[in-house]
Formats: sequence, C-alpha cells, structure tokens
Amino acid sequence: MDGVAKTEIIPVPRELAVVYNRADRIFRRIVTSGALTSLILLGLIGMFLFVKSAQIFNDRGISFITGSNWTAGSGDGVIIDDFSIGPMLTGTILVAVIALIIAMPLAIGGALYLEFYAPFRIRKILNALLDLAAAIPSLIFGLWGLAVFTSFGERWSVLLNSRFGWIPFIKVQNEVFGRSPFIAGCVLASLIVPIITSVTREVFSRTPRDLIDTCYALGGSRWGAIRTVVLPFGRSGIIGGAMLGLGRALGETVAVYLLLNIVFRYNFRILESEGGNIASLIATKFGEATEYELKALVAAGFVLFILTLAVNMLAATIVQKSTVRK
Amino acid sequence: MSAVVIETNTAVPVPTTPWKQTRRKQIVSASTVALSALIAVVIVLITGFAGVDGWAFTFLIVSLLVTAVRALKADAKVRKEMFVTVAIFATAALAFTPWMSIFASVVMKGARGFRPNFFVGDMRTTIPDDELNLGGAGHAIVGSLMMVLNATIITLPLGILSGVYLTEVRGRLTFLVRFVVQSMSGVPSIVAGLFIYTTFVNYTNSFSGLAGSFALAILMLPTVARTAEEVLKLVPDDLRSASYALGARQWRTSLMVVLPTVRSGLTTAAILGVARVIGETAPLLLTSLSSNSFVFNPLGGPVGSLPTYVFGLLQIGTENSTNRAWTGALVLMLLVLALFTTARFIGGKDRR
Amino acid sequence: MKTLKQGEIAMVENPQINVVTMVEAHSPQSNFRGLEAKNIHAWFGKHHVLSDVSLRFPERTVTGLIGPSGCGKSTFIRLLNRMHEFIPSAAMAGQVLKDGEDIYAPEIDAATVRLKIGMVFQKPNPFPAMNIRENVLSGIKLAHLKVADHDSIVENCLTRAGLWKEVKDRLNATGGSLSGGQQQRLCIARSLAVEPNVLLMDEPCSALDPGSTLRIEETIKELAEKIAVVIVTHNMQQAARVSDFCAFFLTDGGPGYLVEAAPTKILFTNPSDVRTADYVQGKFG
Repeated sequence: MDGVAKTEIIPVPRELAVVYNRADRIFRRIVTSGALTSLILLGLIGMFLFVKSAQIFNDRGISFITGSNWTAGSGDGVIIDDFSIGPMLTGTILVAVIALIIAMPLAIGGALYLEFYAPFRIRKILNALLDLAAAIPSLIFGLWGLAVFTSFGERWSVLLNSRFGWIPFIKVQNEVFGRSPFIAGCVLASLIVPIITSVTREVFSRTPRDLIDTCYALGGSRWGAIRTVVLPFGRSGIIGGAMLGLGRALGETVAVYLLLNIVFRYNFRILESEGGNIASLIATKFGEATEYELKALVAAGFVLFILTLAVNMLAATIVQKSTVRK
Repeated sequence: MSAVVIETNTAVPVPTTPWKQTRRKQIVSASTVALSALIAVVIVLITGFAGVDGWAFTFLIVSLLVTAVRALKADAKVRKEMFVTVAIFATAALAFTPWMSIFASVVMKGARGFRPNFFVGDMRTTIPDDELNLGGAGHAIVGSLMMVLNATIITLPLGILSGVYLTEVRGRLTFLVRFVVQSMSGVPSIVAGLFIYTTFVNYTNSFSGLAGSFALAILMLPTVARTAEEVLKLVPDDLRSASYALGARQWRTSLMVVLPTVRSGLTTAAILGVARVIGETAPLLLTSLSSNSFVFNPLGGPVGSLPTYVFGLLQIGTENSTNRAWTGALVLMLLVLALFTTARFIGGKDRR
Repeated sequence: MKTLKQGEIAMVENPQINVVTMVEAHSPQSNFRGLEAKNIHAWFGKHHVLSDVSLRFPERTVTGLIGPSGCGKSTFIRLLNRMHEFIPSAAMAGQVLKDGEDIYAPEIDAATVRLKIGMVFQKPNPFPAMNIRENVLSGIKLAHLKVADHDSIVENCLTRAGLWKEVKDRLNATGGSLSGGQQQRLCIARSLAVEPNVLLMDEPCSALDPGSTLRIEETIKELAEKIAVVIVTHNMQQAARVSDFCAFFLTDGGPGYLVEAAPTKILFTNPSDVRTADYVQGKFG
C-alpha cells in the first residue's frame, strides 16, 4: 500500500477480571478446602512412603534393589538385618509381563468381536457380563486359579517343557510345575483381560461411524475397515488399556500370593515353581516384622509404587500425545 | 404402455433383509462348525489329547483347515477376511472363557453352602471344617458393609469437591490436584494397607474396622475424584454460559445447574467406587484383619470381612472350609452384581 | 386394482409420481444402463421410513434429491449402495438394479457393489492416519485391487476432483492439514480411485463455506461427463445449479415418499405438484 501513511496506534488494553462476590468466594473456599484435603491426604501417603524409605535407601543403597536376601536380624547382633528385594522386583515384572503378553491379543480380539462381529443381542449380553467381569475381585480370580486353572496350567507346562524345553526361558530344573510364574501370569492375564477389553472396546466404539462407512463404501471388507480405520484410531486406547492392565498386574497381591511360590532367588524360568512379587512379600512379612523390617517393607512398597506410577504416567503421556496429534 | 395402478398407501410390501444369510447358508455354516467340532472330538479320542483344552486346540486347527479349503475358491480379500474372522472368534472365545468359567464355578461351588445360616451365623463356635449348616459369614458380611459404608462417607464428599474444584473453580492448584489424584490412583492396594498399618494401626495399637475403612478410602478417593471430574466435564459449557447469561453467580451455577445435571452420574461414580473396593483383600489383611464374631464398634479390634473370610478359609484348605470360601465368593459376586445393576439402573437414564 | 409383483415395473397413472417423464425423456432404450430403484421401501425395526420410491439414474447425469429433513433421502441413497444394512434392525423391500442386475440378489457380494457405487459423506473425513497420497490409494488397498501405476492414479483422481494443483507438492502431508473444502475434494478423489460408475453424495457441501461449495459443484459437473452422480442436498439453489434431474421427497409424519421427479428445469419452473412448487419457492421446509 504505497503512499498511504499507516499510523499504528494500538490502544492500551483494558483489564478484564472476573470478580467474585462474597457468596462466590465462600463457595470457592469450601470447594478448594475439600480438594486440598484430598490433596493432603493423598500427598501424605506419597510423602510418608518417601520419607520412610529414604532411611532404608540411605542404609542399604542400591543393594536394596539388587540383593536377593530378606533376613530379619536376631536383635542381639548375631544375625544382622539384611533386606533386599531383587528377585521380588524382577519376579513382579516377569509375572506382569507374562500376563500382559497373554492378555493383549485376547483383549483386542475380544473387543473387536464385541464391537464388530458379535450379533446384536449377544453383544448386549456380553457387554453387560464384561463390565461385571472387570469388577470381579482379584481374590475370586485367585480362588478360581487355585481350584480350576492350576490343573490345566500344569498340563500345559508339562507340554511346553517337553516340546519347547530347548528355549532357555521355558526349561525347568525341577520337574514340579505348580505355582510357577507362568501359572500366576495366566491367571493374572484372565484378571486383566476384562479390564483391557472393556477399555479397548470403549475406544473402538468411538471410531467415527462415517470413517468406517467410507471403508465399506470403497469396497472394503470388515477386516479392511478395522485395519484402516479402527486400529489406528484406537491405538492410544489400546496402549492406555494395556498400561492400565499392566499396572493392575504389577500391584496384584492375593491372586499372586495364592498362586506363586515366593522364593528369594532370581528366577527367569517361567515354568519353574518359584518366583517373586513385592505385594505378596509385604502380605507375607508384615505380621511378624520388626520396626526396621517394617521400614524395609514400606521401602519395597515405595519401589512398587514408583513402578506402577511410572507405568501410569507413561500411559497418560502416550494417550495424550496421540490425541493431540489427531 | 400398460399402466398398472398401485395403491401406494395400503399395499405395503413385506420388509425383507436380503443381506442376511439365507436359511440354507446358515444351515451350511452351522453344520460346517458342528462337523469340525465333531472331527475334533474324534481326533481327541483317537490321539489321546487331553480334556477340554485339547479339544479346543484341535477344534481350532480343524477350523483353520476347513477355512483353508473353503478359501481356495475365494479371492485374496475374501480369503483374508475368512482367516481373520476365525482368528478373532478364537481369541474372543479364549478371552471370554476364563470369566465364564469363573461365573460358572462360583455359582456351582458356592451354591452348596448358600443357606440361610450363612447370612446370619458367625464362626464363634464353629470350626471351618464343620458341616455347612453350622456357622456362617454374617459377621463378615456386616463387617464388609460397615467398612465400605464408612469409606464411602469419608470419600464421597472429598471426591466430589475435588471434581468440582477441577472443573468449576479451576483454582491455582488444579494441576497439582489432578497430578496427585492421577498418581495416587496407581497406588497398589497393599501399599495403602501398609500405610494405614504403619500409622493408624500402630498408633491405636490395634487392628480395627476404622483402619480398614481408611485403607479402602485411600483406594476409593482417586477413583471417585477422577470419575466425578470426568462426569462434570461432560456437562456442556453452554449450560454454564446460559446460567451466567441469566445473571447467576458461580456458586448458584455450580450448585443448581451443573451438579443436578450430573446427579445420576455422580451416584454411579460412587457405586462403581464401592464395587471397586468391596472385594479388596490385601489392604484389609493389614488393617482390619479378621474376626470370628460380629463386631459393630469401628474401633473395637479386628473385624471380619468377606474377602478376608474367604482368604482365611482358603489358607486352611480342608473340604468344608473351601466350600465355605466358595460361598463367600458367591456372596461377594452377588454384591458386586447388585451394585452394578443399581448403577446401571441409575445411570441408564443418561448413559444409554 | 392390481397389486404389484416383484420385478414388475411400476408405471403410475398418478401424475404426482412422475417416473414416466424422466424415463421417457432420457432413456428410451429398454436395456437401461445406470442405476435404477424400483418400489423401494425401507424400515428401521417396525418403523417404516421410506415408501415406494422408484427412480432412475442414467449414466452421465447428475440427479439431485431434495426435500425437508427426515423425509428419507439419506436412507434412500444408503439403500442404493447397500450401506443401509449396517443398521442392525434395518429392512427393505423392492429392487435396486445396476445395469439391469439386482444388487440385492443373494449371489451378489455387497463389497463389490459398493466398489462400483461409491459414496461421499456429509462431513469431510480423510483417514486421519494417512497422508494425502495414501488417502487416495486407500480404496485400492481396501478392495485388494491390483494396479500397477499408483502415481498416475493419484494424479488422475486428484485432477478429476480439482485438487491436484493445490496439493501436488505436498502429497505426504496428512489429510487433516487441508482446508475443509480441500478435504472434501480429497474424499471425492478417494472415491474415484476405485473407478465407480455411480457416485452417491450425501449433502457433501453442508459443512463447507460457499467458496468451497462452488468448487465442489464444478467438480461434480465434470464428474458427470463420465459417471452418474446422485446428490442429496438441502440447498435448493445448489440442486438447481448442479443437477440435470431432480427428485422431491416429502413426509407427512409417516414414511417418506417421492412426490415428483423431473428434469431440474421443469421441477423448478413448472412442477406438476403444488407441494413441490411451495417447497422450491421456499414456502416450507
């Protein structure tokens, strides 16, 4: 715009502020104090866990994580306290990962079936049952694992061992197959399958209908529509569901307590009848624990808490990232 | 041109669904499945493959073979669709089998001890291996309900206030509150129990129902707060704007417009929170322990509860104690079912 | 009065249902090429939503379907490429013939039908996980078509959809990075890649601004040089601008029905039904 002198006068912006009257301020204060109470209550636990475990970590350093002994001292100094959770930590992760590996394909297949393959009426019934299944207490899974599943699990273990014994993870040293990470993992898998399935199904059902319709309108088959639209769209939900399930599996107590032989030794042979789990460790040891041992248990709980927290945060980040991109 | 007159309004033809499989095709596919199942049975009998699982595995293999034969005629797209369908049916069946089996075994094995005395009796004078018509789990049921009730009383106001804070007030601490609530929902239940054990139980020097309630409250609070936030987020901002445009203050908007809209949603949130903790065992082992008789005082020492009742009987492992445990599991499941049905009934109005 | 048997062509004395005009004027040969709906009814459960619609869509024409909301236009075009059946309780009666062949015959594969009778939806919906190029080619992948030269298909389809010049330098950008109108043209290009003979459009411009709408209308006219286009629209000016024939649907609270079908000029200037006249003059709807 040649020749036109442009004078730029930008006016001073006027302040706009929301002013609350007295009633509003009281309302806000009540609500804030309620939220703060929750914050303090929950924050306190985090703080407490941290402070109590700080002492243990100070005393024992990294060997608390790596060592494989849990010996309570005799008090007179003859036997000294030696607490560490190495095998329990790896055992927790091992069992949870086994559970997740088994559960993921089943959950995705189940969710796809419910959303795209099941006849209308069957779908309704199964959905209601699924919600219920996701709320079955883990104790009942443990009970079922003990009474029903173990016999199947042991038979599969024998088969796996004889057919695939050449794989180092699968080979066993003692031919005793009960209460192994594999069996605990299978039961945990059936525990988290309903949870993951219901999350995944929910996400699948939110796939925009006209995207699916477009796939069909282009001559695609049902599987074509699923692969082109539903799975990419639901990816964040699948990951979120998986992480939720992993979190549950990591922190599970009673089901594992009932189905796993807790042994203080590093073990990665999944069919061997020994394993570890921090939550079960706490449940086993808290009763007769000394003051110091209790602190060690809290520290173990803290490690478990950090582990599940990391998994949760990771899930939240992944889910958020992929939603922002859309 | 021969004109045919039709009555547009009276002669409505019969609705048809030509896309659905015809009866003949249905019979063909049903008999294919049945035949595969039968072949699987024969193979299992001949080769000595064991049990239901062996049969299911064989059935899968046979189905895949049958599909492969049928797919020979089809083009690439249809062939893929066929195999994927078999795979999805198989994984779905495998995914649904465990909890179907759980429902079935809980009902079947739990029914044996499901008698009136189970709901009124306690285990004061009964040893676990006694006949099933002696003793009961009345004390455990009452204990469970009391603890969950107390936990709900503690949690619900706090949870809802946090939700309102996060969506309505949106103060300076929004981020912190959300972060803490989010991270505490990942607290393993045993850790919550351990926390109460090392503080409250050690301080009062006794296990108690109140301690159990506190532990359950810790687990419930994040669930309720998050659900409340989610539910409140669903309220369209237009509704708030409309209220403000009518000259309403924030507190009136929140209390009279926003909260009433989500009343059923919040109720559902509370019920789901209860369903989430009613079967929690681990934290109760560390806080309320268990008891063999009715305890009504929240501070009066160890209290029985359904999960610890079941857990304890399992540890004993004799025949009748296991039977009792199954009945306890059945009652627990029925409680969860009742909670869910209620939630569905209440939430049904605004959910589906 | 004789009730109609399946497959019999309904020639109707009642001048309100003016199939005859259209058929006679534009498709004299008996061996009709194009898409033909015969006595179509539609139901959702017990709910009768569409009653006795017979229409022909000859090749190389644009047919506009107009009428107030809820009169069954969308249901009708979803019936034309077998998308109706995805609603669990849906049912239908009548026939849809493509080049004389019933697309609802038991031996016909629905996916193949949809391949030849494409559809563009109300809201632009490029596949979010794919870039522009992949979006255009998605139909080929979905239908497992064997095509050697992907690049020329991409260029060809985008050109026909009037988008090539704008996007040829950024074929790897996501579909979401385009404007609404561009996205809709991308969706049209996507439908063209599988070479349909008929393209159904369900209010393709209702989510777009006037400028983009005009571009799409140009595209539609160009498409009609090769294929049949059926477009549902709420916008009467659009119907007048773009279509060769027009069909007016209405409902009196019951099932929707066809009031009148005629060449667009006649329908807008000299309709035979008074309700059509009222509607095109904007007296209701």
